[in-house]
Amino acid sequence: MTERSILARPKFLIPLVVFLFVAGFFALGLRLDSTLVPSPLVGKSAPSFQLPLLHLESESLQPEQMNGAPWLLNVWASWCVACRDEHQLLLDLADQGVVIIGLNYKDDPGQARRWLRELGNPYLVTAVDNEGSAAIDWGVYGVPETFLIDPSGVIRFKHIGPLSAEVIAEKILPLIREPT
Amino acid sequence: MSRLIALLALLFSLQLSAAEVILSFDSPEQEQRYSSLIDELRCMVCQNQNIADSNAELAEDLRDRTYEMIRTGASDDEIISYMVERYGDFVLYRPPVKSSTLLLWYGPVLLLVIAVYAVWRNIRRKSQASPAQISDSQRRKIRRLLDK
Repeated sequence: MTERSILARPKFLIPLVVFLFVAGFFALGLRLDSTLVPSPLVGKSAPSFQLPLLHLESESLQPEQMNGAPWLLNVWASWCVACRDEHQLLLDLADQGVVIIGLNYKDDPGQARRWLRELGNPYLVTAVDNEGSAAIDWGVYGVPETFLIDPSGVIRFKHIGPLSAEVIAEKILPLIREPT
Repeated sequence: MSRLIALLALLFSLQLSAAEVILSFDSPEQEQRYSSLIDELRCMVCQNQNIADSNAELAEDLRDRTYEMIRTGASDDEIISYMVERYGDFVLYRPPVKSSTLLLWYGPVLLLVIAVYAVWRNIRRKSQASPAQISDSQRRKIRRLLDK
């Protein structure tokens, strides 16, 4: 039997190629965060709701009222620890003139008001979703979540979990400043 | 000992009945639809549980929503598309067949076909392999050794 180099018999390389292929898939899979599920609502009209305001229960808010300028909907609760993490970033955004509407999710109104008194209130207004039914319509499954709605009322971006400075600088601000 | 077991059994039975929510349906068929739907829908919070098994608040809300929709006469398809519109295909434990899920659905079949073909080719080649070539002098030597 004559000795032949491995390159002359490419069949020996098949398992290696298969291995690299599978390993590549796994490497990609490891980098993905399975808790972040792309929302089917991005690119669609913002779901409607009519909810009372946290600070003025006799008044209510409908998302359609916000049409005409880009705005953020931030879903939060005073029991939500991660909301505390992003709170300063929201205050900074509000300082820059970005319109943020709060959606207070399954919270105690008293606690929620105290939370805003203590930490500062970045929200133009906060709507109260006690039942969590508006949150279901918006596909919310983990608080905090932040939606960016364009002037025509279409959801352009959704972020799940606490905001970061990078997300704000790279995703949210460019979309808000986009000429329409 | 048996008393202890009885006590434990009692304890667990109490817990079970406490977790069970009693829902009333118009027909056994509706109840059947309800349980198969909550079996198929994923809990978005815990992800590896369906909303039937999950104790997450959102799962509870979605069970309620499913129940209400069944009671108000929504079809299974309507309930499924209601969930998919809000949470995407990920909410379904059985993803729909479409171009992005073709590999997921048919990949295993494809692998099986490739494997069967490889095995079949291997067997065929082995059975067709020509007998070893040996020279006349070698043949005589073998004969001599065998005849000894």
